[in-house]
Amino acid sequence: MDITQHLFNNAPFMLTLTMGSFLLGTYIYKKSKISLLHPCIISMICIISFLKVFDIPYETYAEGSAFINFMLGPAVVSLGVLLYDQMKYLKGNVLSILTAVSVGSVIGVISVVILGRLFGLDSSLIVSMEPKSVTTPIALGISESYGGITSLTAVTVVICGMFGAVFGPKVLSVIGIKSPVAQGLSIGAASHGLGTARAMEIGAVEGAISGLSIGLMGVMTSVAVPVVHWFIENIF
Amino acid sequence: MIRGSFIILLFLFIGESISYFIGNIIPGSVIGMVLIFVSLTLKIVNPEHVRAVTEFLTKNMTIFFVPASIGIMKSWNIISANWFSLTFICISTTILIIMIVAFIQEKAEKLRKKKEIENQNI
Repeated sequence: MDITQHLFNNAPFMLTLTMGSFLLGTYIYKKSKISLLHPCIISMICIISFLKVFDIPYETYAEGSAFINFMLGPAVVSLGVLLYDQMKYLKGNVLSILTAVSVGSVIGVISVVILGRLFGLDSSLIVSMEPKSVTTPIALGISESYGGITSLTAVTVVICGMFGAVFGPKVLSVIGIKSPVAQGLSIGAASHGLGTARAMEIGAVEGAISGLSIGLMGVMTSVAVPVVHWFIENIF
Repeated sequence: MIRGSFIILLFLFIGESISYFIGNIIPGSVIGMVLIFVSLTLKIVNPEHVRAVTEFLTKNMTIFFVPASIGIMKSWNIISANWFSLTFICISTTILIIMIVAFIQEKAEKLRKKKEIENQNI
């Protein structure tokens, strides 16, 4: 036991474990092409199994992997540059894009609150799910600000991302959406980066607009969550 | 690389500071994102100075999320007790958002095209 403590209880090991599991996950995902075998899911299973086998508490892992976790903040700031790069796709669509994403984010938050209450979920669970369509780093920030369980937020973000990436295009064809801008925008709004990866497979415009949608949805939801909370507290 | 990292971290720091002063209503990273976007549009920041760093960060975003997801270990009980409602809410609201956003955008585009045609006829 003492030996494992010395060997594993340090940042270099935790970082190696995290990146190694992720590389393995990426490899399996690319080889199998099964969307359920997403790199995140695989690395999650690998890391948790490892920690369980060697009886390492979560806190030790969190401490060791803090460096990767920190990168979330700079990654969000970088989305601003991505947004700037995609300005040209905004031409003529500014008003409709802003309307669509803001309505989408508000309804997204409200629907989670309504369904959560119908299911009788604890308020901390509902708060954790409110930012579930937003890219992870922003979602974690929102969830943390309102007393949500960030780990639960992280999990729901991945579920929504995977679901939208796999079934999003099908949903769009069922309701007969043909505009590339509408396709990219909606998949990015509901399924952030995972959706954007899929939208890029459909087309360049879809991918770029989807990337733009990630940032917009992040900002809109950051604003929508306190607004919806205020309405619930003061009006209902 | 150093210049790009400096700029990104500076914006993150400014964002975090503003977030602190407005009572953490909006995450500091989001404020930083908006500020750098505005600075790029106003040509305060040169996009070429930051591009190498931002490309690395945005292309590899998925892995940054892994440590947070391991936190599921801590809240495993609460998740397994509510797994059905959690999954149901995630899936149904995801479909809802896709439909609403796509519908509004598609309708707006059709409306605009219609107007353009009408204007041409006049």
